[in-house]
Amino acid sequence: MNKQGKIVKVSGPLVEALGMQEAKMYDVVKVGSQRLIGEIIRLVRERAYIQVYEETEGLGPGDPVFLTGEPLVVELGPGLLDSIYDGIQRPLGRIREEIGDYIGRGLTIDSLPRKKKWNFTPLVKKGELLKEGDILGKVEETPLIEHKILVPVGINGKVESIKEGSFTIEEEIARVDGKPIRMLSRWPVRNPRPFKERLAPVAPLVTGQRIIDSFFPVAKGGTACIPGPFGSGKTVVLHEIAKWANSQIIVYIGCGERGNEMADVLLEFPKLKDPKSKRPLTERTILIANTSNMPVAAREASIYTGITIGEYYRDMGYDVALIADSTSRWAEALREISGRMEEMPGEEGYPAYLGTRVAGFYERAGRVINLGSKGVGGSLSAIGAVSPPGGDLTDPVVQQTLRVVKVFWSLDDRLAYQRHFPAINWLSSYSLHLSNIEQYLKREIDEEAPALREMAIKILQREAEVLEIVRLVGAETISKEDQLLLEIARNLREDFLHQSAFDEKDAYTSSSKQYRMLRLILLSYDLFRGLLLDKGIELKRILALPIREKLTRLKYIPEENLREFDQLEEELKKEVKELK
Amino acid sequence: MIQKEYRTVSGVNGPLMFIEGTSGIKYGELAEIVLPSGETRRAKVLEVEGDKVLLQLFEGTSGINLYQARVKFEGKGLEFGVALDLLGRIFDGLGRPLDKAPQIIAEKKVDINGRPINPTARDYPSEFIQTGISAIDGLNSLVRGQKLPIFSGSGLPHNRLAAQIARQSKVLGKEEKFGIVFAAMGITFEEADYFITDFKRTGAIERSVLFINLSNDPAIERIATPRMALTVAEYLAFEKDMHILVILTDMTHYAEALREISAARNEVPGRRGYPSYLYTDLATIFERAGRIKGRPGSITQMPILSMPEDDKTHPIPDLTGYITEGQIILSRSLHHQGIYPPIDVLPSLSRLRDKGIGKKKTREDHPNLASQLFAAYAKGKEAKELAVVLGEASLSDIDRLYLKFSEEFERRFILQLENEGRDIADTLDIGWSLLKSLPKAELKRIREEYLEKYLNK
Repeated sequence: MNKQGKIVKVSGPLVEALGMQEAKMYDVVKVGSQRLIGEIIRLVRERAYIQVYEETEGLGPGDPVFLTGEPLVVELGPGLLDSIYDGIQRPLGRIREEIGDYIGRGLTIDSLPRKKKWNFTPLVKKGELLKEGDILGKVEETPLIEHKILVPVGINGKVESIKEGSFTIEEEIARVDGKPIRMLSRWPVRNPRPFKERLAPVAPLVTGQRIIDSFFPVAKGGTACIPGPFGSGKTVVLHEIAKWANSQIIVYIGCGERGNEMADVLLEFPKLKDPKSKRPLTERTILIANTSNMPVAAREASIYTGITIGEYYRDMGYDVALIADSTSRWAEALREISGRMEEMPGEEGYPAYLGTRVAGFYERAGRVINLGSKGVGGSLSAIGAVSPPGGDLTDPVVQQTLRVVKVFWSLDDRLAYQRHFPAINWLSSYSLHLSNIEQYLKREIDEEAPALREMAIKILQREAEVLEIVRLVGAETISKEDQLLLEIARNLREDFLHQSAFDEKDAYTSSSKQYRMLRLILLSYDLFRGLLLDKGIELKRILALPIREKLTRLKYIPEENLREFDQLEEELKKEVKELK
Repeated sequence: MIQKEYRTVSGVNGPLMFIEGTSGIKYGELAEIVLPSGETRRAKVLEVEGDKVLLQLFEGTSGINLYQARVKFEGKGLEFGVALDLLGRIFDGLGRPLDKAPQIIAEKKVDINGRPINPTARDYPSEFIQTGISAIDGLNSLVRGQKLPIFSGSGLPHNRLAAQIARQSKVLGKEEKFGIVFAAMGITFEEADYFITDFKRTGAIERSVLFINLSNDPAIERIATPRMALTVAEYLAFEKDMHILVILTDMTHYAEALREISAARNEVPGRRGYPSYLYTDLATIFERAGRIKGRPGSITQMPILSMPEDDKTHPIPDLTGYITEGQIILSRSLHHQGIYPPIDVLPSLSRLRDKGIGKKKTREDHPNLASQLFAAYAKGKEAKELAVVLGEASLSDIDRLYLKFSEEFERRFILQLENEGRDIADTLDIGWSLLKSLPKAELKRIREEYLEKYLNK
């Protein structure tokens, strides 16, 4: 079919065309003789409004617009991992091989390699009855991840044939209910992939970051946002999560951000090793990079491209973590296109449907049971950075995001100025996943984990109050008891919450070590309070105990040697006992 | 191709011009407007709809008569001819020679909008640049390929600082081809003259290319100026293997020109009347910095922008901070205390610092030391605030030490002469000598081994 219309207007990334009677909303079209990729976002009679995913310079009235009759889709199949794509899933690595160091226009390069052969191992037998979403077989996509080939949505029935061996993604590997099945499938990015049942999250997404895991945890299948002004360390936190999170698959979307940051991820991740298998972390990672100087409309599409790929791995039964940096840039792309269509603006010029779109994105996260008959469960967690102007949390994107996400990590530029990183404020952040994962923590880590956390936060809360008093009337007025509390709060802040992403030993802390650190600091508080209040020992002498210096260096105790905590506990008790 | 020429101008509004009855005109193409006097002006297609074209004039619309002006379309975007002979030359904001030297014979013509670098082709910047300024080298280190703006205010010595950086910058242990591309947008004659004189005095002019758009030059021309400069920078860096420092001053004037066009088009404004695409537009300028794998050259950008009312949350510094890799912020109160350079180190930041410093790059103790200096200075500033409210007597002993530290830090570490280039080792040693005034137990951010090695050296 070769239906085509004609351009009548070009204004930045927005093109209007006539003669588009056959077009459907959200269909992909090819614009101009260079066949730039665009998507229809509004139809008025025979006029179509098209957002173009590439630079539109050189287009003009009279140029053709070709209809494809298909929505914007991503290609799914082995070969996704270890790739880096632009916002509409064009492989940046292969683009560079073909046209050099700069991004060009009108390129059509397959998202997944067509010639590569994959070794397919069937997991079902001929004659078996299968449902959509059932696992047909597997392929070793990378040494870290086994790619499961699923029966595509809409196909149910008997396995009529199934092959074993080496195939490309376009070759037939099985026939179910009379239909050929290949490893390659496609899915429209704007439609969530279906599942059988959605469940409440129960396990934490462990990130190795102490303030996150211990204080404001996010659950597998949950949602979190991290808003903050520039320079407060959003990107570093997100990179650390991408490196250390205990999910099997990471989808990292660099949406309208810095080119050098993507280069950092690209150069750094291959050097980092998965702690268990010692394989490079890139083997579990998919990167979507649409930097700030790449076309705006593709930025809008990038988060959908990313989340669709995430859902695909979730359906295989994996825990997937999706990280989007930054959703503000996505919202701005939405605003720019909306402005050019002369829509009535809502708050701050953002379109009135901003809230619906934000919610629609985060609601695609979750812990689910897939469509198949075996009840395979997987999860997709979504974590988004928000970059509000001037760090102002009343920004519409922040507000709309807070309405839907369950975890809020509030970045504080005052902490960042002191180089206290991660600069997550412990008083204003929150996590609504605490009750979900409480059972898990008690069972797997420490029976008293929730109580320890509560105690620590109480101390920090009290610290803020006491400091307020100090600010008003001076330090000499506060009681000895509060002075001790200030010292312990300082331990919590500087020796527990402060964590350096650039220090090899400090970058990652296991959950068990985190709670041992907390336990020891809080125990010292208990014992010192006893000395101060019951035995009446002078505060100066308590604070001069040699163990105090060791308590400040707990983060450097190696993960292999957690028994050192027992020794320190003994030492602490001994020193306290001997102090007369 | 036959050049199309029209005499169907239907309207002029601010920097915009409307033409009717056109055909085959493309979005983004360049047009030339010929006045009856023979004078020509250049313009860019902002929008095409049917047979109507909307043009943005770079040199303004004054003196244009609707019925006499002729418009020629060039069929291509605005281009600039590049060549090695550009070095040592001075141009206006649209790339016409201002000096009396002969025309350049261009090696080739390049579209000034450039093309985005493929993220997979980027090499991560990690080579430390020694600027000789302690507040930058020690705490907010600059690396090759970084974009690090100076956030300043009116009356602050950002120009002197930028000139000093241009003069003193070098990469340790290397002699390489180094060049400066300088773009002035809407600054005064005196400011521009300061740079030109300084470049001439030091001989830097021989390896510099200057684009000068003064405050009384057409404002709209400024839209093209940084793009011209970066086109030259890309040519010199990625084709001629040079290390280029690009100074863009003042980006605030650039953003205001953008706002003028947006207002003339009746666009829905974003914050403070700036267009909602300001972020994307600034990104197409700032992202033209960096390194490319397999090419020896680099582009380091140092844009200067003045913050209206010293307000960091104003849209221009705010959006810039989200795009650039950190910022150097100048402080009015340090300036009033006579401290040069008045760099407010706490809110200043270099995001690429950690890749450029430490073992084998500067010195092993550098990252720890910098972190400790930051923490200690922040505490000292807090103590100072407290002392202002309650009097110094109410401070605890340790707070008093920190207060003393922060004052010494400003006087010995930050303060330096305009012609003083400090070696990185000297900078670090000053830092260590300052830390001696604090109890050792307070130095938590420094590893034991470095404390032993450097503290009492």
